[in-house]
This record gives sequence, structure tokens and C-alpha cells, in this order.
Amino acid sequence: MDKHISVREQIQQNIARRKKRPFKLEKVAPVSLFIAALISVLTTVGIVLSLVFDAAMFFKQVPFWEFFGSTNLSPLSHTDPKFGILPLINGTIITSLIAMCVAIPIGLTSAIYLSEYASARVRKIVKPLMEVVAGIPTIVYGFFAYSFVTPLLTHIIPSLGAKNALSPGIVMGIMIIPLVTSLSEDAMSSVPNSMREGALALGSTKLEMTFKVIIPAALSGIIASFVLAVSRAIGETMIVTIASGSSKNFTFDITQSMQTMTAYIVEFTSGDAGSGTIGYYSLYAVGLTLFVFTLIMNLVAGYISRKFREGY
Amino acid sequence: MKSGRNQRIMLRQTMDKSMKNLFFLATMFALLVLGILIYQVVTQGASWLDWQFLSGKLSLNPERAGILGVIVGTVLLMVVVGPVTMILGVCTAIYLEEYAKKSKLRNFIQVNISNLAGVPSVIFGLLGLAVFSRMFNLGSSILAGGLTMSLLVLPIVVVASQEAIRAVPQYLREASYGMGATKWQTVRRVVLPAALPGILTGFILSLSRAIGETAPLVVLGIPVLIMPIPNSLMSDFTALPIQIYYWTLDAVLVQEYANLAAATIIVLLVILFAMNSLAIFIRNKYQKRY
Repeated sequence: MDKHISVREQIQQNIARRKKRPFKLEKVAPVSLFIAALISVLTTVGIVLSLVFDAAMFFKQVPFWEFFGSTNLSPLSHTDPKFGILPLINGTIITSLIAMCVAIPIGLTSAIYLSEYASARVRKIVKPLMEVVAGIPTIVYGFFAYSFVTPLLTHIIPSLGAKNALSPGIVMGIMIIPLVTSLSEDAMSSVPNSMREGALALGSTKLEMTFKVIIPAALSGIIASFVLAVSRAIGETMIVTIASGSSKNFTFDITQSMQTMTAYIVEFTSGDAGSGTIGYYSLYAVGLTLFVFTLIMNLVAGYISRKFREGY
Repeated sequence: MKSGRNQRIMLRQTMDKSMKNLFFLATMFALLVLGILIYQVVTQGASWLDWQFLSGKLSLNPERAGILGVIVGTVLLMVVVGPVTMILGVCTAIYLEEYAKKSKLRNFIQVNISNLAGVPSVIFGLLGLAVFSRMFNLGSSILAGGLTMSLLVLPIVVVASQEAIRAVPQYLREASYGMGATKWQTVRRVVLPAALPGILTGFILSLSRAIGETAPLVVLGIPVLIMPIPNSLMSDFTALPIQIYYWTLDAVLVQEYANLAAATIIVLLVILFAMNSLAIFIRNKYQKRY
């Protein structure tokens, strides 16, 4: 009987004690965790607001149609600075196209090899090495493009400028190969084995199986990886800044220097000091354009991989 | 007729074999370039990499230049990035995985994080310039750079922590509740310890991303001058990737600067390699499969 009472007392004591401290923590924890989670939303809001506000300041001084319609970019001119973004968009698209010519064929074939042909042992060695390729800082690739690839290409194309669009384009493509490879390989690996076995049982070779069964089945994931690769190339900064230079001419000649949107931002920033000048606001106008470009690409990639995914 | 069919089969098989070799070569291409890159950097920079280079101050004279201040800058930057990303990232992951109900809000935060991961790093520089430098008046200090960088690598930590928390089996939580533990007690004493190796791996990977990232810091307007060794979180600074950038640009003026850049790249790559090895070690050693 004594014991019985003491257990009840114990329980009551425990409840009383629990009400004091952990109870408070129980209430505080979810709220503070939620606040932490909101930081990421605030970051997005901050990005959009700072880009839009400062870009709006820019468009007060430079008309919208001049920014998007003019091929004349001379922001440093004291008498009559011109802000046409077309040379930058042109440079961005051309370097990204060159990168895609490298990254898509090589990335896709690597993915085919790793997912359909390679033994488990080869995969175990190659995949971490691919991650190393993806993990090298872009500044290192920039150095590599400028001090190794450009001189190397000069042997083949003597007229190549010290700064040009070709060499950073190629190096950027190499940097993006692991992205295409790993995403495409994921898509192909998730095609069920029964489909492989079916194709092989019908007498097709592995090659025919890959191109007629696996790739069509994994197509949504593969295309999504291409789109993400384009988005990476558009947003890539240091390689093009170092190796493609800062020429603001509107040209299609890939052996010459051209500037991308990202490189413009890096070249013209002077930090806090430039605050308030039209040059400072032009950074945000270019940044906003770049942000919209990459955002559209990312949303398209997400849409493709969701919408066209084959369910098994 | 029969030999014709055999011939076609032979052709298809040869095709298969030769394409296999082609695919293999393509796979090797990226790795080959990686090898060339490392070889090139090491042959160019190794002879410049000595104690004087690691312990000296920056100088215009390439023979006397040292990167002690640059290394200190990078370390102080990580002193800011580390705690901020860890706390924000893990808290966000716990909220999304343990507390948030399947609602539109949770979905929104999740989509938002994956979109943030796709925003170019130079845009984060513009954000840092507008918010931390201008609004909070932090200029181009280590604090401004570190906070900008934290926001940039936050998605990496969040996603890695979420995966680690999700991999903790439900029965551990149920056992904890069954013993009378509250939700927060369960999260803190059962879920987090079990998820720790995965969280740490993601954390280290995010730091190594932050160490190599250049563009946001350049946008914040790190001065090109010869910087003294930074002594507080509010001082201006330079970090390894920025120094590589300026030395590569100025190699047009003084050719030896390219070698200094190569030597700095070696230091950067060694640090990254050490960190990634640590991450892989933690993953293999402590990660339990349930």
C-alpha cells in the first residue's frame, strides 16, 4: 500500500517537473526551427527584392528598350555611356553553346557506359573521380583555360586571341560533364531491369537495347539533365571572366574575346563604393536578366522530369 | 541467305563492341583532363611552394610574396560560414522532416530550397552587396563575405541533413516515444545522434564548396591592394580563390604571378582534398545502414 502511494506521488512529481522545463522547450523548439527554415525563403525574397529594386533604379535612367534592344555597350564612357545588354547575352549564349557541344555528347556517353556497360568495380572507381572533377573550384578551371587550353589551341588556330570564347567554353563543358553524367545515369539506372532483360531476350545487342529501350525510357531525366547543364553554363562566372576577357563587341567570332553577363557583373563591381551610380545599378539589371534566365531553365528542367517521367 | 544473316549479326556485335570502347574513351576523357590539370598546376607551381611562400606576407615582388594573410582570411571566413550554415541548415532540415506537416507551406519551402541551389553564385554576391554590405553597413568585411557565402551553401547542408534524418528508421522514434520521451527529446537525443554522420558529411562538403567559391566575394568588392593579415571579423580580407583570380589576371603584367597563382591553387586543392577525404572517411566509418 505504501509503495502504491509512492508510485503515484512519483508520477505526480514527474508531471510537475515536466511541466516546468521540457514543456517550454516543447513549445519553443518548433517555433525557432520554423524561423530557421524561413531564412531560406527570406534569402529568395532578398534576392528578388534587391535585384528588382536596384534594376528599377537603373531603368529610370536607361529606357527598357534600349537595354534589351541595343548592341552598344560602353558603360565606362564619360560623355555618353551606353547600356545595351545584347553583347552580354550573345557572349553568354555562345560560350554556353560551346560548353554544351562538349558536355552533352561526352556526358551522355559516359552515363551510358557507367549505367549499361561498366562493371561494379569500374563504377566504384570512376564515380568518385567524376565527383572530384565536379568539385574542382571554377577559379582553378579558369586558370587552366587561360594558361593551358588557350596556348594549346593557338597551335591549331593561330589567329586565336589570348582571351577568346572558345577555350573557356570547352573548359566549362568539361566542368559540366559530371553533372550531365550523374543525372543521366540516375535516370537510366532507374529503368527497371525487366525491360533490359526483355530487350536482350528478343535478341538485341546491348547497344540496341540502350538506344531503343533504355534511353527512350529515361528520356525525361536525360533532357532535364541537359537543361540543368545549360543553366549551370549560363551562371558560370570565373572561367569566362578569366579566359574570355571583357570585350563588349557584338560578335559571333569565337576566336575573339567576348563578355558574358556574369563576367560583366564581376568586372564592374567595385563593392560598396560604387553605390548609387548608374554603373552600380546596371549590375543589378544584368543580374536580374541572368537570374530570370537561370530560373526559367531550372523550372523547365523540373517540369520536364516531373511531367514526362515514365512510371514503373 | 544464312551466311547473310550471320554477317548481319557479326556486324551488330562488332558495332556493339566498338561503341562500348568509344563510350569508355568518353568516360575517360574528363578524368584525363583532370589529370592534365593537376599535372600542369603542380609542375608550374610546386617550385614556388616553400615555407617562405606559406608564411610570408603579400608583396608586389613575386620572389617575396607569401600567402599567410590569404590563408588566415580563408580560415576566418570559414569561422563565420561554419556555425551559421550548420545551425541554419540543420534547424531547417529538422523542421522540414520532423515538425512540418505535409502542407503547402512545407512544399513551398522545399521547392524554394531546391531553386536556391540553382541560383548562380554571382547573384548571391549581388544579394550580399545589397543586403550585408550596404543595408547592414558591413562593407567588404569577413563577416559580410561569410554571411553571403553561408546563404550560398545553405541548400547543400539542408538537403544532406534532410536525407540523413529521413534515413533514421521510424522504429527508433517510436521506441523513444514509447519510453515516454517528448517530441523534442526524441529529436535531440535519438534522431540527431543517429543522423550526425550524414549531417557532418554534408557540412564538410558545403564548407569545401565555400572555400573554392570566388564570384560572390569578388562582387562584394574585395580590394585589390596588398592586404595586411586580417585580425578581426570586421577587417577587409582576401581569400585563396580571390588571390588566385588577381594573380591570374595580373600575369599579363608580371609573368611570375601565374606561378604564384599555380602555387596557391596547389594549397587550395590540398585543403579541398583533405576535407573531402575527411567527409568520405566519416561517411564510411560512422554511417550506419538501418
